[in-house]
Amino acid sequence: MPTLEALVRSAEAEVSRQMQICNACRYCESFCAVFPAMARRLEFGAADAHYLANLCHNCGACLHACQYAPPHEFAINVPQAMAAVRQETYVEYAWPSSLGALYRRNGLVLAVATALGLSLFLALLLASRGTLWHPPLAGNFYAIFPHGLLVWMFGAAFGWAVLALFLGAVRFWRLQSPGPTTRSAGLEATRHALALTYLDGGHGEGCNESSDRFTLWRRRFHHLTFYGFLLCFASTCVATLYHYALAEPAPYPVTSVPVLLGTLGGVGLLVGPAGLLWLNLRRHPLHGDPRQRPMDRGFIALLFLTSLTGLALLALRDTGAMALLLAVHLGTVMALFITLPYSKFAHATYRTAALLKWAIERRQPGRLQLGAD
Amino acid sequence: MYDVIVVGGGNAALCAALMAREAGASVLLLEASPREWRGGNSQHTRNLRCMHDAPQDVLMDAYPEDEFWEDLLKVTGGATSESLARLVIRESSVCRPWMRRHGVRFQPSLAGTLHLSRTNAFFMGGGKALINAYYRSAGNLGIAVRYDSPVERLELADGRFIAAVTGNERIEAKACVMAAGGFESNREWVREAWGQNERGEWPADNFLVRGTRFNQGVLLRDMIDQGADVIGDPTQAHCVAVDARAPLYDGGIVTRVDAVSLGVMVNREARRFYDEGEDFWPKRYAIWGRLVALQPGQIGYCIIDSRAIGRFMPPVFPGIEADTLDALAGLLGLDKGTFVHTLNEYNAACRPGTFDHTVLDDCRTEGLSPPKTHWALPIVKPPFYGFALRPGITFTYLGLKTDEQARVYFKGSPSDNLFVAGEMMAGNVLGKGYTAGVGMSIGTAFGRIAGRQAAAATQGGKVHADA
Repeated sequence: MPTLEALVRSAEAEVSRQMQICNACRYCESFCAVFPAMARRLEFGAADAHYLANLCHNCGACLHACQYAPPHEFAINVPQAMAAVRQETYVEYAWPSSLGALYRRNGLVLAVATALGLSLFLALLLASRGTLWHPPLAGNFYAIFPHGLLVWMFGAAFGWAVLALFLGAVRFWRLQSPGPTTRSAGLEATRHALALTYLDGGHGEGCNESSDRFTLWRRRFHHLTFYGFLLCFASTCVATLYHYALAEPAPYPVTSVPVLLGTLGGVGLLVGPAGLLWLNLRRHPLHGDPRQRPMDRGFIALLFLTSLTGLALLALRDTGAMALLLAVHLGTVMALFITLPYSKFAHATYRTAALLKWAIERRQPGRLQLGAD
Repeated sequence: MYDVIVVGGGNAALCAALMAREAGASVLLLEASPREWRGGNSQHTRNLRCMHDAPQDVLMDAYPEDEFWEDLLKVTGGATSESLARLVIRESSVCRPWMRRHGVRFQPSLAGTLHLSRTNAFFMGGGKALINAYYRSAGNLGIAVRYDSPVERLELADGRFIAAVTGNERIEAKACVMAAGGFESNREWVREAWGQNERGEWPADNFLVRGTRFNQGVLLRDMIDQGADVIGDPTQAHCVAVDARAPLYDGGIVTRVDAVSLGVMVNREARRFYDEGEDFWPKRYAIWGRLVALQPGQIGYCIIDSRAIGRFMPPVFPGIEADTLDALAGLLGLDKGTFVHTLNEYNAACRPGTFDHTVLDDCRTEGLSPPKTHWALPIVKPPFYGFALRPGITFTYLGLKTDEQARVYFKGSPSDNLFVAGEMMAGNVLGKGYTAGVGMSIGTAFGRIAGRQAAAATQGGKVHADA
């Protein structure tokens, strides 16, 4: 068995090897930001590899267009090499560092987290009420779990996740700081992150999935997932406002703002992950790093379950199954929250940081003055 | 029975197949390679030289017909056909909307290729992306594509195409387009064409092939044997100096070493043999393959010092590095005494000047033979780097004689259902020399013409309006 350090080095060394070849070719420079960023460099150390790897959106365009892709002996597969380094980014820059190891068996980690989350809330339910079933409570969640307890538990889990993700991003940023952030660079990076610009293939027709054909479906499903997640989050924020500022505790009617936001977001978070999983199962075998599929699919499944249990809870909140559904939903959400900094979710922070680095870097004059070839 | 068989699977073949299909013919395309190697040399290309009278999407200013023609006349030294060349040039000005319809995307010239921003439209993602787009379009239009199907010979009757033979199979069709490439990958043929030199060497044994391994020239040989009219010189080829560590086939663009004009070139005897600063590198890179081929052992060594780093396109293989010239000679296996003498002599001959790689500057040698007439800086700042270079063949120019309708000729008479496109006929337009992107211009123009004509030949000779 190679040591962990050797594995890390080999992923970065492979990106360095491939970038050396790509830098002498450059045919792919219009596909995305990775290649123009590459062209500003002559050598690719570990810091460059981590930066470029997280700038890569794994769209696959450069693989299908590559004259040096396998079976060529140069064996260029940039999406795969980048994916392997991204995994190392997640491991190395996780906070606290020791928990980075959770990425090594991420499918298992998510499964255990889900099991623990469900156990916790089912146990709490049984401890407080002695039964899983109850007469209808008109959707009054707090009759099952006190509001204060939920705020304390989820506030702590979410706070931890935000802190850990933030510290990870800071460490990643410091690895190779491109200089001060300007307003225009910040706006540009935000736009590219929110619009998923680099899943458009550079020509607007989209990225590659199962073949060299372009499609926008990954971007669409990702948008549904991401904005669905945001809407669910917004729903929780509005409900918190109602609770504290307006002294109006849940349950809220179906036509209220929190329920509408949550339902809309929930549908997005159902369709989006389902679509992403469907695409993931059909991805070209050379795309990405196959060892990371448990991480990818585990996270997608957890998002899907979060939404599914949430919508089921909404649908059946007036029945005797509410407490059980509530416990299942809260257990799933807890598993999602507690693993946010140790799951695929973390790609969002590193990707955004890399986009910001690129937005800053590309505004600076190039250091190289390569003669025309 | 198919109406049209297209032999080959690169740019010209696909253009022919798509045009024939659009004109209503049923088409079978036979590609010699397996799917993953499809596209011949086109997978290594990156742009198309285009005539245009005003700025277009990715093309700056104008590149009028006459200027394009003058450029072609200059590089070929007159070894061209004006009527066919002008046909290619005009076609290059109108073919891009059609290419786009079939999924080809263009981008502005790549970083480091500003000198081509006026004349050449670059393919987004390069030639393999173009090839992929054409194959997708072919699939959508119902063109039958068969990989692993090298055509060994054609069955002809009085100059008329009857059938193509691949493996144990004989496939008949009403017309045929040959676009199966040159013979550059056929080591034996190239060896025989270059012959033995005065040193008793077989120079071609040391050539590398920059492109596909599938251009074995089988069909070209069959046509020559069956009496088709031939054009061109078998020793003429697009030949570039490439890194000696490059793979035998498919090294493509990255194996070029663009540092020659920034340093000196020496041969196996550690002596210089040509003016490295004669002209801008883009105008000279294509002569160095032949220059190296004429040297003993068909090898040359590009020597630079650390001041050149960052001034040329990064090489795919790192240079051999040493802190002294003496040590560098040792690592390169050159005679240390001669090497150091050559470099010292060169360094001493460099006249002071203002170095500027973007103009023909005044840094030159004096009293040195051969001279270095521009960008001559003394090679003195360690570390020093050396790159061993070999001749790398892109494609050969020997081909079949043809006309404005892409017809194949037998003893001066044109066939009425056998057509040719791409490298198999490029020698009609490009007897020698090269200018960037013109191979794709010829392949696209004649591929489209051949496809249209082949479809017409199956429909009683009526040519449809240009798609």
